[in-house]
Amino acid sequence: MPANKFNGYTDYGIGIGLRIPHYDHILSRKPTVDWFEIISENFMVDGGRPLEVLDQILAQYRVVQHGVAMYFGSADGPNREHLRRLKVLTKRTKTPWLSDHLCWGSVDGTYSHDLLPMPYTLAAAKKTAANIRMVRDYLELPIAVENVSSYTEFHVSEMTEWEFLTEVVELADCGILLDVNNIYVSAKNHGFNPYDYLDHVPHHRVAQMHIAGHTKFEKYILDTHDHPVLDPVWKLYAHATRLCGVTATLLEWDDKIPSFDEVHNEALKAHEFIAQAREAKIPAPRETVRTKAR
Amino acid sequence: MWRVISRPLTGDSRMQPRWTDGRPTSAVAEQIAKPNDRLTSFDRLEIYNRMYWFRVLDSLYDDCPGLRAVLGDRKFIALAEAYLVKYPSGSFTLRNLPSRLAHFIRSNPRHTRPHTALCHDLARFEWARVEVFDTAANPVFTVNDLLDVPAARQGRLRFELQPYLQLLRLEHPVDEFILAVKKREAQLLRGDASNAPSARRQLREKEVARPGRARTYVAVHRLDSQIYFKRLEPAAYRVLVALRGGATLERALAAGIPRAKKSRAEWAARVQGWFRTWMELGWLCRRE
Repeated sequence: MPANKFNGYTDYGIGIGLRIPHYDHILSRKPTVDWFEIISENFMVDGGRPLEVLDQILAQYRVVQHGVAMYFGSADGPNREHLRRLKVLTKRTKTPWLSDHLCWGSVDGTYSHDLLPMPYTLAAAKKTAANIRMVRDYLELPIAVENVSSYTEFHVSEMTEWEFLTEVVELADCGILLDVNNIYVSAKNHGFNPYDYLDHVPHHRVAQMHIAGHTKFEKYILDTHDHPVLDPVWKLYAHATRLCGVTATLLEWDDKIPSFDEVHNEALKAHEFIAQAREAKIPAPRETVRTKAR
Repeated sequence: MWRVISRPLTGDSRMQPRWTDGRPTSAVAEQIAKPNDRLTSFDRLEIYNRMYWFRVLDSLYDDCPGLRAVLGDRKFIALAEAYLVKYPSGSFTLRNLPSRLAHFIRSNPRHTRPHTALCHDLARFEWARVEVFDTAANPVFTVNDLLDVPAARQGRLRFELQPYLQLLRLEHPVDEFILAVKKREAQLLRGDASNAPSARRQLREKEVARPGRARTYVAVHRLDSQIYFKRLEPAAYRVLVALRGGATLERALAAGIPRAKKSRAEWAARVQGWFRTWMELGWLCRRE
């Protein structure tokens, strides 16, 4: 759903990630781009070129922050130094919402620098939701939590991933960054129907979507963000847009990065599917009332 | 799961088949992860095990071109792995991964023999480059700061050095070595794009010569967002270190300049030159 409380009532259109190989092109040619997504941790520094470039970008473009190290699912809770630096950055960027992942990735102060999948249990959902509320209250910003791609499932899980995601966002009263490529990757790796996933998440909470490319290996798919978006993922995106409404969309391309124009043109293909969704004239999703007591 | 995926890989980059207690790792994996119709529990956790090590090793690989050039890739990866087992990442950013590498090299010389002293210098230098890149900068000291000081505050003015400025006393001229290594890497990249296999082979075979011992004083700094290395005279280095330690200008000069037989006039000219350069480079901030 566009313009909702989880994206700060904005309607941002189609964006791409701000990446180092494109800095010169963006700063010299000043192309028209709806918005840029930055990886928060790359700019949570005290000075130097990262912030100099960021300030030049902020002078001309809309920027939204996306994190990779908050680890909402961490049993240890949010890291205070990370939160402090993150808040300083949000004041600089004036990001209308902040996103990070439904995952864990650190244990006792040691960091994996990966987005590790959660066990889908009620206890984990409650802890994760508590972490998200803490972060939201500290940052004073809407939060959107992103579904990750995963390569394993746990014996202890009590529910499906989409049930877990729903539980977390309802308990936290936060938004969803719906990554349709991650849904596709996980669906192939775990043998579920990706359309079941899309059909059963709370659509009114979708603040933003991600699309991306992936790599197929013999026995699994890896979320590599180094290819154009494949057709099955575009189809999922079209379905998601019909369900959720036209939503701020971001193309992730993080490795083997081609030219700015190639990446931007790939992102702009989303317009085709947005146009289809608009033609269908499906009403915006309404908030659903939870009936299942916990 | 963390214990499983953070264990070092085997020599052929696979998950270790035996657990710490001798059991098959597959038995441990089966307690944690479900298999599917294509992959065993072991296979599924191995994906994460490999991704973890590839990610952290790649990060150190990129940050340490000088160390790699001295040790070669195989020995560098062995050093990096041993370092990361002892000091896994304790920060939300990969930027800080090399922060204790110099200390580890000095404490565990077996990984870098017979070049431990050189590797220690390189690790310190390569970490300094990381620090310079994104550490804070303060407003630069200007002549107006001298002219605008209220009467009540005169006599209390102290210089401060930019927080990003790194001052290194090294036992090897690693600054020149790093520049040569990076130049060679750039040439190799250009060579890969060319169609002259013999030229490429010649480039690969011609390594950068390891530097011999020579006491070297270097400032690693940044200007217009670029990182630079600047050789310092020993006395200039001592003056800068004293200023960084909070000394007044008078005490810093006394600490830096040796009581030698050279004339005051000669030293005055040299000191003037240093400060003019440091001002132009923006190294000096004001502290009251």
